[in-house]
Amino acid sequence: MSISTYKIPIGPIHPSLAEPMTFNFEISGERIQSVDLAPGDNHRGIEFMARNRNVVQIIYLAERICGICSASHPFAFCRAVENAAGIEVPPRAEYIRVIIAELERIHSHILWAGIAAEELGFNSVLYLSWKVREEVLDLLEMLTGNRINYGMYMVGGVRRDITEEHIPQIRKTLEYYKDAYQTLEDVFLKDPSIALRTKNVGIMTYEDALHLASVGPTARASGVKKDVRQDQPYSAYADMDIKAITPDIYSGEVNGDVFDRIIVRILEVFQSVQIIEHCIDNLPDGEILSEPKIIKLLGVLKKAKGEGVGRHEAPRGEVIHYVKLNESENPEVWKARAPTYNNLMSWLPMLQRQEVADIPIVVASIDPCIGCMDRVTLVDSNTSKEQVLTREELIKLSIEKTRRILR
Amino acid sequence: MSGGSILIFILKIFAAVTIAILGIMAGLIYKGIDRKLAARLQSRVGPPVRQPFLDFFKLMIKENIVPENAIPWIFNGAPVLALVSTITILFYIPYGSIPALFENSGDLILIAYLLTIPAVALVTGGFSSGSTYASIGAQREMVLMISYELPLVTTIIVLGWRLNLAFPGLKVFSLAALSANPIWGIVGPLGFLGALLLLLTLAIVTPAELSIVPFDLPEAETELAGGILVEYSGRNLALFELSNAVKMIVMGSLTIILFFPYNLAPLLHLTGFLAYIVDILFFFFKLFIVIFFEATLIRVALARLKIDQASIAYLIILSTVGLSGLLLIAIDYII
Repeated sequence: MSISTYKIPIGPIHPSLAEPMTFNFEISGERIQSVDLAPGDNHRGIEFMARNRNVVQIIYLAERICGICSASHPFAFCRAVENAAGIEVPPRAEYIRVIIAELERIHSHILWAGIAAEELGFNSVLYLSWKVREEVLDLLEMLTGNRINYGMYMVGGVRRDITEEHIPQIRKTLEYYKDAYQTLEDVFLKDPSIALRTKNVGIMTYEDALHLASVGPTARASGVKKDVRQDQPYSAYADMDIKAITPDIYSGEVNGDVFDRIIVRILEVFQSVQIIEHCIDNLPDGEILSEPKIIKLLGVLKKAKGEGVGRHEAPRGEVIHYVKLNESENPEVWKARAPTYNNLMSWLPMLQRQEVADIPIVVASIDPCIGCMDRVTLVDSNTSKEQVLTREELIKLSIEKTRRILR
Repeated sequence: MSGGSILIFILKIFAAVTIAILGIMAGLIYKGIDRKLAARLQSRVGPPVRQPFLDFFKLMIKENIVPENAIPWIFNGAPVLALVSTITILFYIPYGSIPALFENSGDLILIAYLLTIPAVALVTGGFSSGSTYASIGAQREMVLMISYELPLVTTIIVLGWRLNLAFPGLKVFSLAALSANPIWGIVGPLGFLGALLLLLTLAIVTPAELSIVPFDLPEAETELAGGILVEYSGRNLALFELSNAVKMIVMGSLTIILFFPYNLAPLLHLTGFLAYIVDILFFFFKLFIVIFFEATLIRVALARLKIDQASIAYLIILSTVGLSGLLLIAIDYII
C-alpha cells in the first residue's frame, strides 16, 4: 500500500517566517515526507548597488545587509578592504571592534531565543527574553549612538572611541547579563515544556553538518568544533583563548537537536560577556583610526590594487566578504556571503520525518536571515516567467564567464 | 394553552434573550480581563478591557469572504451552530441563587453533549473551507476532542454517581441538585482527595475546550496561520469569537457549580432581592478566579504541545488522574 501524501506550502508569507521564503512540503498525516526550498523572493541587489559607490559608502550598505548582524557585515567588509589595500588597524580600534561585535552577539542570541519561544507558542518567554535584551541595546545606543546599524566600523579602525565614562556602564551591563544567565538557563534549559518540544526534534548529525558545510551555532550544536574566532584568530580575538562552544559542555552529550542549538546560544551569550570583560580590562591606549581624514583614506584606496578576504564569526556563523580593488573609485568586485547561505541546506536533514508542528521551531533553529542570503531569481521580462538554473547550467555559465575574463 | 402558561412562555423567551445578551457581554468582558491579566503577567501593558468588543464590531463591518472551493452552506452554517449551541448551555446554568431557566433531570448530560457541538461545528467548518491549513487544524481538533472527552465525562459521571449514593432518589444530574449538595460535604478525607483530582481534571480540560495555549493546536498561529479558522473572516469569524467567549463563561460556570456552588447571601443573612444581587456578584467573582486559574495562568506558563503529546496528556495522564479520583471516592464510600 502506498502512503498517500498531500502538498502544503509554507511561505512566502507565513506568521512563523519573518522574511519571505517558500517551503514546499510533502506530508502524510502529520509527518513530513519531503521538503523543497524555494528562495528568491527577497533579493535586494546590494552588491549591484555597490558598483557605483566608493568604499566608505559601501560600509553604509554593508551595515544594511542584515538588521541583526549590522556589526558583523561591516566588520568583515572593513577587514577585506584592509586586507586588499594593506592598511594596519590600531590595537585600540581592534579591541573596540570586538567589543561591539560581541555586544551584537549577545543581543542577536537573546533575540533568537525569544523568537524560538514564540514559535513554540510560549509568548511569556518571548517577552521575558526581549526584556533582557533591552539592556544591551541601551548600552549599544550609548556607545555607538544607535540601537541597531551602529555606524561604528570604518576602514582602518572605528569611528567612535570608548571613553573612561563608558566603562562603568559597560561593567554594569555585563553584571546584569551574568545574573540574567541564571534566568535564561532556568527558562530555556530547565523548563519541561520547552524540553518537550525541542529535544530530539530537528536532528542534524555530525556527518551531515560537515557535508553540508554548516557554520556557526548550527554546526557547533551538532558537535563540529568550528569557530572562526578559534580556528583563525583575528583582530583582538588573537589575544584571547576562545574555544568553540558545543552542547556537551553543558549536557555532556551531543544530539544535534533544537535543544542543543538553544544550549549553544545561551552559553555563547555568557562567553561573549567574558570576551567583553577581557577587552575592557586590557583596552590598549592609542589611536582609533589609522587615517582619520576620509578624503585622504579614499585617495589611498583609489590607488590600491589587490584582492582581500574578510572573515568574521557573526552570531549566526561565519560571514565572508571578498573585495577586489583595481585602482579605481569603486571596488571592482564585492561579494558578501552570509552564514544563512551555508546553513540553508541543513534544513533538509533537520526537517526530514518531523511533524508539521515542528516546522516553525526547526526552521527558526538555524536563525535564518533570508534577506542576507537571497541571491537572485531569473525572471524573463517578456513573459515574466521565473527560471531556476540547474547545477550544470551554472557550471556552464561560470566557465563561460571565466573564459571571458581571461581573454 | 391557558393564559397563565402563555405568559410564562413569553416571559421565558424574554429571559432567554436577556441571558443570551448578558452571557455574550460577560464573555467578552472576561476575555478582555483575561487578555489584560495575561499581558500584565508577561510585563506588557496589554489592550484595554473593552478590546474584545472593539474586535467584534470591527469584524462585523469587515467583508465576509467565502473561499471558492468551500461548501458555502456548511461554511456559513458552522459559526451559527457553534454560537447557538454554546448560548443554549447558558440557559441551564444557575447563577448564584437565581435558578436556571430550564431545569430537568439530565442537565449535566445535556451540557456534556452541547459542549461538543461547537467543536464539531469548527471541524465541519474547517473541512468545508477547502484549505490545507484548515484541514490539518480540523484533524487536530478531532483528535483533541476525542482525547479530552473521557476525562471530562469521568468528572461529570463520578460526581453524579457519588451524589446518587448519598441521596438516592435525587435528580443527580440536574445542576440544581449538584449545586445544592457540594461534593466536599458528602465525602470523607479520602474522597476529598479524589474530588481534588477531579477538579484538577476539569481545570486541565478547560484550556482545550477554549482552544488556548498549550492546547491551541487546531489554531496554532505560528504553525498553521490560524489553522481551522484560517479561511474565516468578517461576520463568520466574529460569531466564532463570540462562541469562544461564551464558552469561557460556560466552562468557568461548570467548574463553579460542580465544585464551588457556595453562596454568600446565607452567610450574611440576606434575603429577597438583595440576596440575589449579592449572590450573582459573588458568582461573577468566583468566575473571575476560576478563569484566572484555568485559562490565564495556564496559557502564560506553558508552551504549545504537539498533537501526539496533547493526546497522550489527555488520554493517558489526565484520564489516569480522573480515574484515580473515581477510585479514591469509591474506596472512601466503601470504607
